[in-house]
Amino acid sequence: MSQQKMPNQTPYLPEGLPAPMPSRDGLDTPYWEGLKNEKLMIQRCNVCQNWQWGPEWICHACHSFDLGWGEVKGEGVIYSWERSWHPVHPALQERGPYIVVLVELPEVGNIRMVGNLLGDPQQDIVIGSAVKVVFEHHPDAKVPFTLAQWQIT
Amino acid sequence: MTNRTLRGKVAVVGVGETTYHKRGGSDDPEFVLALKAILAASEDAGIEPREIDGFASFSNDRSDPSRLSAALGMDELKFANMQWGGGGGGGSGAVANAAAAIATGVADCVVVFRALAQGQFARFGQGPKSSGVSGDGAYTIPYGMMSPAQMFAMRCTRHLHETGVTRDTYKAVSLATYEHAQNNPRAVMHGRPLSPEKYDGARWIVEPYQLYDCCMENDGAAAMVLVSAEKAKDMKQKPAYLLGATAGSEYRNAAPCHNAPLYATSSFTSLAPRLYEMAGVEPQDIDVLQSYENFTGGVVMSIIEHGFCSHDEANEFIRYDNLLAATGKLPLNTSGGNLAECYMHGLELIVEAVRQIRGESPNQVVNANVSMVTSGPMVTPVSNCIFGSQETL
Repeated sequence: MSQQKMPNQTPYLPEGLPAPMPSRDGLDTPYWEGLKNEKLMIQRCNVCQNWQWGPEWICHACHSFDLGWGEVKGEGVIYSWERSWHPVHPALQERGPYIVVLVELPEVGNIRMVGNLLGDPQQDIVIGSAVKVVFEHHPDAKVPFTLAQWQIT
Repeated sequence: MTNRTLRGKVAVVGVGETTYHKRGGSDDPEFVLALKAILAASEDAGIEPREIDGFASFSNDRSDPSRLSAALGMDELKFANMQWGGGGGGGSGAVANAAAAIATGVADCVVVFRALAQGQFARFGQGPKSSGVSGDGAYTIPYGMMSPAQMFAMRCTRHLHETGVTRDTYKAVSLATYEHAQNNPRAVMHGRPLSPEKYDGARWIVEPYQLYDCCMENDGAAAMVLVSAEKAKDMKQKPAYLLGATAGSEYRNAAPCHNAPLYATSSFTSLAPRLYEMAGVEPQDIDVLQSYENFTGGVVMSIIEHGFCSHDEANEFIRYDNLLAATGKLPLNTSGGNLAECYMHGLELIVEAVRQIRGESPNQVVNANVSMVTSGPMVTPVSNCIFGSQETL
């Protein structure tokens, strides 16, 4: 598995941004619980084996409500990216630029996930570059959570 | 079922706008802005406001039709309609809904309106201030992807990568739009021209958008009066007949967390052919285009998806002089649009499309008989419409 601890536990973005919370209806609880245990879990249809992301109550391919979760390796490629400069939240006032990437996961039907690209925020970014997941823990948050982040391999 | 079309059945016979302000700049509450725009549109149409019998709006407008109806002393309310979806994607959709109601006898005189007072309510260009977020937002907001610019920059980066279209096209859209605003005294950016140097020197908001790739945020209201084509013939203003309108988006456009299969689009690929079919025109018939600019990149995608040029032709076609009312093959955003006139969620673009048919634009295109609008690129649903003069019927 490609599970990897953060080189240091300083989060990529400052604390104070809205923290992710599992949906009240339970739709994505396995995803957020998985991240805390350093497992990347993606929704999969138990009937037709279709992967889908984000999660939904029904499989868009076969309309089954029998949906499960599969652990994936977390190896992907950069599908698109953006470098954000203008602070749109008080917690970002002093942050400076940061990179958000859209990562495609070929191992699970090319579903895409959003995350930050770790490392130098001024780095050149090449679409198609290989990345792997890194688990960023926030144990001191009011309700602890973990984010899936990405780094160039 | 035969003849299922809106073509030529309904016309816009009056338009009205309040003064347009920088965000927070209006002394009037939002509801008052809505009322003033509706009264102005009624006066322009030469009708008594009590003759209005329906309202259509979009983007969860807060001015409730029943309250408007009571406040205006309307004889009867027959149609109260909201096009679902945020942003400006519902602008032309609201026109379509109003027209459908009139064409089918549900109502007779419907006003399409939009009012915004961001001093009174929250701004668009900021992230949420809540301590937590769940659902789709939980997959993006904790990563600092939370403003409209940040949501759409990702699509545009992919579009530039896939197609070879360059950011020079963004610059052309911005410069042409600002140039048009300089002839429009209503425009918030009137008297504040944009030069190529000023565009290039502006700060990044989120790559690939610099400051002048982004729309403004404003206070104000706009409204338009729609009636049947038969009734329109005998009214005060030259009618702008609706030739066609569509709303929606492609297969699974709303797949969560940026999983739309056709990602590098402005969401118009399935709508554009249906619009042209209903209107009975082709891209080369369009005399003037108002294309919603949340961000310039979305305009570039909209122009391509509506067939004005291919991806390969875009760098050559989407040039400054080619977008000007005076010289261009495709006069674009001739009032200054969301970038430089007013961000009235694109309804000001539809008003301008009507003005072009009436011959009253501040940047009038000579012999404008077919006038098109694209509303809200990159969201879902998006929408579009085409107006025509009497000659096109």
